[in-house]
Amino acid sequence: MNSIGTLKGKRSWQTASQANISRRGLLIGSTGGLLTLAFARSGLSLINPAQAIETRVFEPTIWYEIGSDGRIVVNIAEAEMGQHVGTALARIVADELEADWAQVKLRHVDSDPKWGLMLTGGSWSVWSNFLPLSQAAAAGRKVLIDEGARLMGVSAAGSQARNSRVTSGNRSISYAEIVRRGEISRSFSADELAAMPLKPASERRLIGKPSRALDIPAKTNGQTRYGIDARVDGMVYARPLIPPTRNGSRINSVDDAAAKSVPGYLRTLVLDDPSGTVPGWGMVIAESFHAANTAAGLVNVDWTPGKTANVSEADVLEHGRRLIGDAGIGGLVVDEPGVDDAFAAADAIFEQSYTTACVLHFQLEPVNALAFQTDGVWEIHTGNQWQSLIIPVLAKALGVTEDKVVLRTYMIGGGFGRRLNGDYAVPAALAAQALGRPVKMVLTREDDSLFDSIRSPSNQLVRMAFDSEGGVTAMEHHATAGWPTQVMAPAFMGEGTNGKEFDPFSIHGADHWYSVGAHRLRGISNDLANETFRPGWLRSVGSGWVNWALESFMDEAAHRSGIDPIEFRLGLLTAKGRNSGSSPNSVGGAARQANVLRRVREMSGWGEPQATDAGLGVATSFGQERASPTWTACVARVRVDRSNGIVRLEKLFLVTDAGTIIHPDGAVAQVEGAALWGASMALHEGTELESGNVRDTNLNSYTPLRMRDMPEFEIEFIESSEVPTGLGEPATTIVGPAIANAIFSAVGVRMRHLPIRPEAVLRALQA
Amino acid sequence: MTDFVLNGRQIALDVPPETPLLWAIRDEAGLTGTKFGCGIGMCGACTVHVNGRATRSCITSLGAVEGTRVTTIEGLDPNDSHPLQQAWVELQVPQCGYCQPGQIMQAAAMLVDFPNPSDTQIDAVMHGNLCRCMTYSRIRNAIKLAARAMRSEADDE
Repeated sequence: MNSIGTLKGKRSWQTASQANISRRGLLIGSTGGLLTLAFARSGLSLINPAQAIETRVFEPTIWYEIGSDGRIVVNIAEAEMGQHVGTALARIVADELEADWAQVKLRHVDSDPKWGLMLTGGSWSVWSNFLPLSQAAAAGRKVLIDEGARLMGVSAAGSQARNSRVTSGNRSISYAEIVRRGEISRSFSADELAAMPLKPASERRLIGKPSRALDIPAKTNGQTRYGIDARVDGMVYARPLIPPTRNGSRINSVDDAAAKSVPGYLRTLVLDDPSGTVPGWGMVIAESFHAANTAAGLVNVDWTPGKTANVSEADVLEHGRRLIGDAGIGGLVVDEPGVDDAFAAADAIFEQSYTTACVLHFQLEPVNALAFQTDGVWEIHTGNQWQSLIIPVLAKALGVTEDKVVLRTYMIGGGFGRRLNGDYAVPAALAAQALGRPVKMVLTREDDSLFDSIRSPSNQLVRMAFDSEGGVTAMEHHATAGWPTQVMAPAFMGEGTNGKEFDPFSIHGADHWYSVGAHRLRGISNDLANETFRPGWLRSVGSGWVNWALESFMDEAAHRSGIDPIEFRLGLLTAKGRNSGSSPNSVGGAARQANVLRRVREMSGWGEPQATDAGLGVATSFGQERASPTWTACVARVRVDRSNGIVRLEKLFLVTDAGTIIHPDGAVAQVEGAALWGASMALHEGTELESGNVRDTNLNSYTPLRMRDMPEFEIEFIESSEVPTGLGEPATTIVGPAIANAIFSAVGVRMRHLPIRPEAVLRALQA
Repeated sequence: MTDFVLNGRQIALDVPPETPLLWAIRDEAGLTGTKFGCGIGMCGACTVHVNGRATRSCITSLGAVEGTRVTTIEGLDPNDSHPLQQAWVELQVPQCGYCQPGQIMQAAAMLVDFPNPSDTQIDAVMHGNLCRCMTYSRIRNAIKLAARAMRSEADDE
């Protein structure tokens, strides 16, 4: 029996993302004053590259063009939501191509079914594209050198490329001139591309060097266009009427008599949604958003709510507690032989339970969409992270084929995973269809919160077996929560060793690199959560709660064993067996996690005396996924006010090994943002389910971290030339447990529920 | 009809005077740099200047700005090169960028009152502007950088 659960077939999210371009040939051809370099579509003959490019039958996931003026346009399908992903991807291309960075431009492409998977999430963009993009650019460089040498009448072997020019001795020719004068029609098979020699890291001129993100200037003068800024002639505005439950609500009747006095009010629609995405929704239509917003407050709707109308946070957590107690359910993600024997033979067993409350995305741009039909095609103008997921849903809702739906891309006013789920496009499209005219739907902040795909509440039970010498012989970890992947993207579910399904994104992080003897890891879907709300992927997804339990538990286990928490972890990060890592993505394995942990110990003054009621706490992780680890360690310093339980986060020390750093300043920004998200979710925000939906819907009671709450920072990256891995998420997950562990160190109380509220700290101090 | 000066130009908008200034600016005047975030004046994404004072346009009615001078991010500087905008680029502040027009407008008004702001003053004034990407440390540093640039400019004159 295999002891490690698998992802079904080849549908793993990351393999899907990599397969998009990593096993494709490359076409290079000059047409119409442009030299285009594009990945060949699967199965396509590579006989006539220039013609293939002219007729655009290539795989345009990412491709680039060099104009006769020397401008290099990198076309990308990744969603830009603040991570400056376009800049990072373009620099990978430009470096290997030996391009003049000043001439590089970005173009974000619209969705089209022929483009394959369009998805930006999981901190994958740079990691999954790095090798294929570098190889494609190396091929481009070779072709430009060959053609440049031919035009100059010199040998290619004696020519070199630099700064968008090919040089041989004292002669040189620009890429622009090569494009103007050259005739290029070349192709590279997937195998040839894979064998394409890349520059050594010492020859890199852009990767790892300071640079400015291309999307930033327009974000300082109001020119950047987000989905909410989209408009089209003849559009009307809509504000939804959100039903009392996310699922199963039905509108019995609508009374809009009072709304008719609002100037500009047109009518209220009851949506009929064949896709089942927005059951029980009404849409208030008006000539302006203000009118729609005002009228919505005056429309009375009689709903029959779904069966979860009375569900509370406590109900979901109590249900989760019972699920964990049922040993017969859930998918075994890891189930190594000997777990039960080790626990039966243990000299001591330590176990502990942890919970987390629900969290809103609260991306600052509320979800919105503009929908209309033109030439038989439904255009949806909106910011979105996963076009491929929502297009089939839109097609079903509208009763058309998928080729009749296109998503127009906009900048995203905060993603954090909310816009992986494009459910908000559906009501706008349905309203536009019902009215026969363009509809611009904007959710108010309160609507956005009520319709959010929240991070589910979670329950976890962690157990560890020790032998008579105090050595760790086995570990069990059971985790349950609402499962976004099960609800929205079942094709991406994993299969456990027991043949039962699990949501990989809800358990990542728990398949850790600690060597703990026999390990068992079980993921359980909380069906009550899934029925009550639509669980969402939220920055780091499951690692956000998994690491809360895992890293709190490691701390407790260390203290229970009388060992320093960093020493205890280092003792388990032995990089043996399956934790020794593999090439190319996890070279070094757990040894690299141990390395960041040692470094953060040095930086943070670990072990030195702290001020009264102040303390240091540690946590570490490998970021998102074993397949693409970003080794991260954090030490938090807190001070606790014993009079009121308020925890002040004073400083965060963070060390990250993400392999090669493409865009250093962007990397720091991602780690800062991720760490502050972790701090915010630990100490500042969070809400609870009440009567079937979230209690807090706006900033008067939902209170994310603000400037004055900010801790000091020390952020370091380990210098490395290994494969670059993602940075958008990893730091998010370990700040919370580092804070909790620091609270224990400061005042001796152990917090096992996230968020950590002052009342809970005070209660624990008084107990 | 509401008459006021928008980014230096006289304008008359024929929409109900109780319409929030935010939607009048965005949907009627067509200037979309001013953003909608919370609708209750607590995120700051909609911040504009009314007679030079930082104002939350989502909770200010159009009628209330009759006869005033309203400035949005588009009108902060004729060349989009206000010292704050330059500092924002220099220090690479924005991530998603959605809150940044409001942050910049709030900061611009603050620098009139506090040409040499301390961290405490910056935190106190900027506390009302939420950045969900959490770019706070860069915002704070960019404000100080711009303040220095504006003071040395003033010294030169």
